[in-house]
Amino acid sequence: MAKTVEGLYYSESHEWVKVEGNVAIVGITDFAQHAMGDLSYVDMPEVDDELEAGEEFGAVESVKAASDLYSPVSGTVVEINEELEDAPELLNQDAFANWIMKVEMSDPSELEALMDAAAYEEMCANE
Amino acid sequence: MAFAYFPHTEDDIRQMLDRIGVGSLEDLYSDVPQDVIYREEYDLPDAMSELEVRQYFEGLADQNLGLFCLCGLGAYDHYSPAVIPQIISRSEFLTAYTPYQPEVSQGTLRYIFEYQSMITELTGMDCTNASMYDGATAAAEAMMMAMAATKKKTRVLLSEGLLPQVIKVVRTYAKFNGVELGFIPCKDGVTSYGAMLAELAAGDVAGVLVPGINKYGIIEDLTGFADAVHAQKGLLMVYSDPSSLTVIRTPGEWGADVVCGDSQSLGVPLCYGGPYVGFLACTKDHVRKLPGRIVGATKDVDGKRAYVLTLQAREQHIRREKATSNICSNQSLMALYVTVYMSLMGPKGLREVNELSYGGAHYLHDRLLETGLFEKAFDKPFLKEFTLRSLMPVDKLQDALMLIGVFGAVEVEKDLVNFCVTEKVSKENIDDIIGYLKGLEA
Amino acid sequence: MKYYDKLIFDLSKAGRQGYSLPVNRWKNSVSELPAGLQRSETPALPEVSELDVVRHYTNLSQMNFGVDSGFYPLGSCTMKYNPKINEEIAAMPAFAGLHPLQPASTVQGALRLYKDLAHALSAITGMAEFTLDPFAGAHGELTGLMVIRQYHMSRGDLKRTRIIVPDSAHGTNPASAAVCGLEIVQVKSNAMGLVDVEDLKPLLDDTIAGIMMTNPNTLGLFEKDIKEIAALVHECGGLLYYDGANMNPLMGVVRPGDMGFDVLHLNLHKTFSTPHGGGGPGAGPVGVAAHLASHLPVPKVMEAEDGTLYVADGTCRCASSPEGSGAFGPACGCTHECRCGCQACGQISGFMGNFGVLLRAYTYILMLGKQNIRMVGPLAVLGANYIKESLKDSFKLPIPTVCKHEFVFDGLLDQSTGVTTLDIAKRLLDYGFHAPTIYFPLLFHQSIMIEPTETESKETLDGFIEIMKHIAAEALADPDSLKTAPHTTPVRRLDETTAARQPVLRFKDMN
Repeated sequence: MAKTVEGLYYSESHEWVKVEGNVAIVGITDFAQHAMGDLSYVDMPEVDDELEAGEEFGAVESVKAASDLYSPVSGTVVEINEELEDAPELLNQDAFANWIMKVEMSDPSELEALMDAAAYEEMCANE
Repeated sequence: MAFAYFPHTEDDIRQMLDRIGVGSLEDLYSDVPQDVIYREEYDLPDAMSELEVRQYFEGLADQNLGLFCLCGLGAYDHYSPAVIPQIISRSEFLTAYTPYQPEVSQGTLRYIFEYQSMITELTGMDCTNASMYDGATAAAEAMMMAMAATKKKTRVLLSEGLLPQVIKVVRTYAKFNGVELGFIPCKDGVTSYGAMLAELAAGDVAGVLVPGINKYGIIEDLTGFADAVHAQKGLLMVYSDPSSLTVIRTPGEWGADVVCGDSQSLGVPLCYGGPYVGFLACTKDHVRKLPGRIVGATKDVDGKRAYVLTLQAREQHIRREKATSNICSNQSLMALYVTVYMSLMGPKGLREVNELSYGGAHYLHDRLLETGLFEKAFDKPFLKEFTLRSLMPVDKLQDALMLIGVFGAVEVEKDLVNFCVTEKVSKENIDDIIGYLKGLEA
Repeated sequence: MKYYDKLIFDLSKAGRQGYSLPVNRWKNSVSELPAGLQRSETPALPEVSELDVVRHYTNLSQMNFGVDSGFYPLGSCTMKYNPKINEEIAAMPAFAGLHPLQPASTVQGALRLYKDLAHALSAITGMAEFTLDPFAGAHGELTGLMVIRQYHMSRGDLKRTRIIVPDSAHGTNPASAAVCGLEIVQVKSNAMGLVDVEDLKPLLDDTIAGIMMTNPNTLGLFEKDIKEIAALVHECGGLLYYDGANMNPLMGVVRPGDMGFDVLHLNLHKTFSTPHGGGGPGAGPVGVAAHLASHLPVPKVMEAEDGTLYVADGTCRCASSPEGSGAFGPACGCTHECRCGCQACGQISGFMGNFGVLLRAYTYILMLGKQNIRMVGPLAVLGANYIKESLKDSFKLPIPTVCKHEFVFDGLLDQSTGVTTLDIAKRLLDYGFHAPTIYFPLLFHQSIMIEPTETESKETLDGFIEIMKHIAAEALADPDSLKTAPHTTPVRRLDETTAARQPVLRFKDMN
């Protein structure tokens, strides 16, 4: 059973968001990493990229699958997790402890459109 | 009804139909609307025996004229060692499918790995794929790689020194793929550095594709090109003849990000334009944007060294419309062809092929000028092919050569004609041709 | 198969050579070139003797499985026998020695081959004209889509930038459409595995360039509503594209042109018996209906009034053409039948395709002739249905109707021991068969796609059926032997995850 973490926001495309001030920390959920299997590569955006909510910002790849990542919020990429470049398996080990990018939000009200842990769990149960 | 490629006897068919539970072969098409079933006679020849097939093709062959080849321009008449056809006709290589089941495809996977090792060695790049269709389509794929690698840029620049067929194919892909092209003119027979700088200044250039050896046969001096392109965050891409890279400065040494071209020059027969084998190589920064199959080394569960198709998540069968390219196959058997060629020739043999071609080309160049029928078009270094200005009408020159069975003097631009010499051309061959040309009047 | 672990680089020893070349008597040497234009280091290529090379590659070949080694039931790949006369013809020096830029007067035999092969393919498919330039199936798809876009653009119908692709399509379909600048609109399959006509109808409007279909589809099922689909798509102004990957069951029975298709590609390395070569070279000729013929790519072979053949390269030679414009598209505004290729979609190959493959395919067509072609499709379909009916008690058959050249099982009937499609595929290798296509189409989770082709005998199929039943029994009695299969191949299951995480793509990077 995939785990969730309370206090985070969740998207329908299986990203999680942790808010620190005006910065959104974005990763993929435990459910997503389970579905993908052993990850072999994380395609990440570049710092300073401007993203719209819902825009593709990268992808995760396993040996026989690829899944695009969609930004849950609009804003500017301020940092990416460079550790993932050489060690994508960190997402398999702990999807919530390992973030992918940090975004300076331009419209924090977009967070309201995301799910909480309970709603996300319910969505996954129906997939 | 017996036919060599159908093993079924009447009795076999009956038993098989019984198992299926239908009465006849026609019943197997009961789901097909009857009005689309074709009932007329096919407009095809009667079935032939092997003897008759041979006679038919001998008849066709008689309508071709075998010529002594002094033409380059993207297809080179190099010598091909006797070993190669023997190896590539081994049916374990010839009749295999794509190596999707690595446990029973180590032969194919291993030679592709060797091929990748050799192509990266020649080009000075870190990575290459399992081969492309031909040089021109490899160049088109390079264009798409540059667009994918740089995201927000909109334009790719092409040197007008590229072979015309390369420019035409890239144009076609660009038109439909929505890539805007810009062109860099040649000045004094080489890609104009100044014109490139002017185009780059707009800041919208994803990549610049220049030839290593251009359509005039001139070896391009790419000093400063990489820095200028990188300063605008674009990719420098070089179209190269891999055979030449044993002796001339490699794209890697020039600072290129992507290299493409056709490996036909590595001993592949002319065969009226195909099958050849394109290649596409890049630095490791761009491997995820490299299209096509790639083979990687790994181990099996017992720890044995083994090879497998890898990084497949880039490819069309997984990414579908989001793949960088639609390419599915490679020219695998032709990749084997050039791998065996490079194994046999080795570094010394490849150097010697270039020495023989260079020596012969320069001899022909100087002797042609002596005839008074030509003058120099450029004064720039060349390897095995060169361009001269013809002082006689080009069609007359070509016809005159054809009379002695020589194919050459293909027009690159108005009155500028191409000649190419490989190790297959001897001094006696050239002296005979020169003697004949001296008898002609300009 | 025996395991042999060397790379050619492992055999290298400085000073050995595997070539022989004439003595160099020229006075000029590459070393005269400016130092800045010369390579600084000798490339690290192997130095080996001729026998080293021969033995090495012979050993490698022995770790490979080909059609000549055994049964290759790979779905959608049409692994039929590759006749040996094809190879003999393709190697004839009178063809292999031709330079692609030779004047047409010196290559009339080669050009005649293009004409004859194109004519035969027209007769077989019911399409008006063919280009033989595309190098492979995916390249043919791209070319065909370019023709479709060029057609719409030539009519000023610029809105048509979307293309409909069924969810069961080969992966190359959406990828080719994307490369061609088309937006993909997916249409669903219905419960019978066919394109859902009701789902299709609302998608059809004046932005649709066309629809890509393969018929029979990737489930091996004939799209019996094809004529209705054709009428609907044509009514909205779109064109129908036929993915010829699955043409084999229709050979000698049905012509795609008669079903209403406007554009198609064929895979000569599937349907027309040319060898797959471990992944190429193949050829993907594209055929079109008459109204699209002028948009086929250049170079194209044309016949002059006196019967001689010439190559049209797209440079407009009409009297009204702007001097030397050389542009594609209706540059000259000429209204007569195009003789120069100036309305072509462009050039898509350096020269004129994989000529050597074309020679092989035409050899095969001559051997078949108008008589034997009638049996290709029916015997292929016979073999597929025979296997399907023989194994449906052991494997899950989601769609039980009559199939065409191939069909799809959704794994074992009894999956209680956790044996997957991958395990079955790997176990087959132990028994000397190649695996079927697995995990495609994506409509099922455990897809096993089987295509036997018409060149396999009943005895071969019976042997395969017996082993498949045996494997189904093993899955219950001894599932571990499947989960750890294969056991007898030169190497066993590979660590693909490490290969993808830390790619080692060349000898230099091995440790």
